[in-house]
Amino acid sequence: MSESAVPFVASTMAASLPVSGIGWLDEARSENLAAFAAAGLPDTRVEAWKYTALRALAQRRFAQGDAQAAARPVDPSLFALPGLDGPRLVFVNGVFRGDLSDLASLPAGLVLQPLSDALAREPEPLRFALSRRYREHGDAFARLNAALALDGVVLRVAAGAKVDAPVHLVFVGAAAEDDIAWHLRHVIELGEEAGLTLVEQHVGTDAARQLGTAVTDIVLRDGARLHHTVLQNAASETVLVRRDALQLGAAAQAWLHVLELGGSLVRHDLRAELAGHGARLDTRGVFMPRGRQHVDTQLAIRHQALGTASSSSWRGVADDRARGVFRGAIVVAPGADGSDASLDNKNLLLSPNAEIDTKPELEIYADEVQAAHGATVGQLDERALFYLRSRGIPLVEARTLLTAAFCRAVLDDLPDEALREHLAGLLAARLPV
Amino acid sequence: MLTIENLHARVEGKDILKGLTLTVNPGEVHAIMGPNGAGKSTLGNVLSGRDGYEVTEGSVRWNGIDLLALEPEARAASGVFLAFQYPVEIPGVNNTYFLRAALNAQRKARGEAELDSMQFLKLVREKLKIMQISDELLHRAVNEGFSGGEKKRNEIFQMAVLEPKLAILDETDSGLDIDALKQVAEGVNALRSPERSFLVVTHYQRLLDYIVPDFVHVLAGGRIVESGDKTLAHRLEEHGYAWLAEHGEPAGAQA
Repeated sequence: MSESAVPFVASTMAASLPVSGIGWLDEARSENLAAFAAAGLPDTRVEAWKYTALRALAQRRFAQGDAQAAARPVDPSLFALPGLDGPRLVFVNGVFRGDLSDLASLPAGLVLQPLSDALAREPEPLRFALSRRYREHGDAFARLNAALALDGVVLRVAAGAKVDAPVHLVFVGAAAEDDIAWHLRHVIELGEEAGLTLVEQHVGTDAARQLGTAVTDIVLRDGARLHHTVLQNAASETVLVRRDALQLGAAAQAWLHVLELGGSLVRHDLRAELAGHGARLDTRGVFMPRGRQHVDTQLAIRHQALGTASSSSWRGVADDRARGVFRGAIVVAPGADGSDASLDNKNLLLSPNAEIDTKPELEIYADEVQAAHGATVGQLDERALFYLRSRGIPLVEARTLLTAAFCRAVLDDLPDEALREHLAGLLAARLPV
Repeated sequence: MLTIENLHARVEGKDILKGLTLTVNPGEVHAIMGPNGAGKSTLGNVLSGRDGYEVTEGSVRWNGIDLLALEPEARAASGVFLAFQYPVEIPGVNNTYFLRAALNAQRKARGEAELDSMQFLKLVREKLKIMQISDELLHRAVNEGFSGGEKKRNEIFQMAVLEPKLAILDETDSGLDIDALKQVAEGVNALRSPERSFLVVTHYQRLLDYIVPDFVHVLAGGRIVESGDKTLAHRLEEHGYAWLAEHGEPAGAQA
């Protein structure tokens, strides 16, 4: 049977490939589309997709892009977050919306623009990112994204520049007439000793039946510092596939906080390379699928240089018939002596029909490495529940209190207090009451 | 008034309480003593409604209601408080937040107005003074990283804030040195009142030097085999629990 018989692939190939007029880009796009068509979507025999079946997705058809995206009404309160009134870039169904964005008075040292603008002005600096990456380990979605992404975020912070105001990136899924697919490609670079706080937000309006993919390259030059917070609260009918590649130079530091709340099928891959001496990465995250949601997080952290450090702490809470998947793979490569790696993933099942599959992996090929990893899946502590009830707190409230406490730990070191409290509030609101 | 009649209870298929009868009037302090395995902790757990304790016979009336028919939280709202032998650590839940949630849940259940954070803070400050504990404990997670003494003092502090009508102290003296024991006892004594009853469960007479009971009962083989005033505790301390057997433990209790 030919691949085009798969509805997902057939509907993708039916759209005409975008033409940019930039030779290397158009070449990369058609090359990636051909590779996608040849391989199709991965099945569960592929290790990276073992717990996330794409059979149902493969049977669906998506129109490529939303012709009405520029005109769809979107209420800005949908993405309002406390303390975020600085630079903002908003995309609706994959299309840049200048009317909702705020690019006026950008601070010194910050370049922030839609990819489409950057390509129109000066494509050459983007050539490496857009034409070469993902050939070696790209999967179906990366290829799809490389072929079909027309826009995205280009963000650069000049060497030495510390950008105080958080940069707000907003991705809105708005209900459309058809099931649509959109793809965004982001390129983020912090120069030497640069500093940036980034808040990435995915939101949706009800009944937005769509597939969104996002591929993000983040490069931190030596000594750069990035605080990156992701709030994923996509619409309940949305399939969202995000793939981040993070590279850290010497003494660079990144802090990542992720909240996975929305979407029907959500996949997030983070591949991080601690490439420079003394680089450090801290990741914290919570995924809370309920109903029939499926949320899959895949971390791959590679220590490549001396004295690098990573610490990852993730919590999963699954209710109803929901499914959570977590894979945390850490590699300490030869030569990354004196590195320090820790990973923990604790999970809570609130319903007998919920499932969480977790797989921490640690491979060490260097000397004098400190490493710790662990994963658990369990229920709420009966002793703690009884303790709360014996003090008068009703069962349901006690369960909520304990579950919130379980999740909150990963937000504790988020420096922005207003944002931290807001996110904690969102977590609490998700809990069964 | 608490009236326990012919209470039989089973844990994991094993009969532990075998016909316990006890009446506690308002304002009275009753000490329950007994050897290990006599069922002392089972009594507290059954009264507070812990899962896994099956009552097979008998009844517990509490101010006119059937206590055993209530959920644990409803028992708390009705004024029953258990000071745990092993207070549970709850990471991520702030002690103050927890206590306010508990107090307001009880007040709500009783149809009383909930306290706002200012009113609650005022109450907490008053109680802190009585308990002589530092407010630093309030800012920490419930019992997390507390020393043994801090945990027990935190139990008594919770009791001070929740103001129960019946307080069950389950081996509150276990694991405490003499100074911590005195502090805990002072806290308890400050809370004695004509309306509040106490069941003080302990293995050792030592605690009863500081919390002087009105009545002392000896629990052995799942029932009360001897009752008396505070001098009974001293006799037990002198002679040991073995003395009871010679002294007139009912026949069949050892079977």
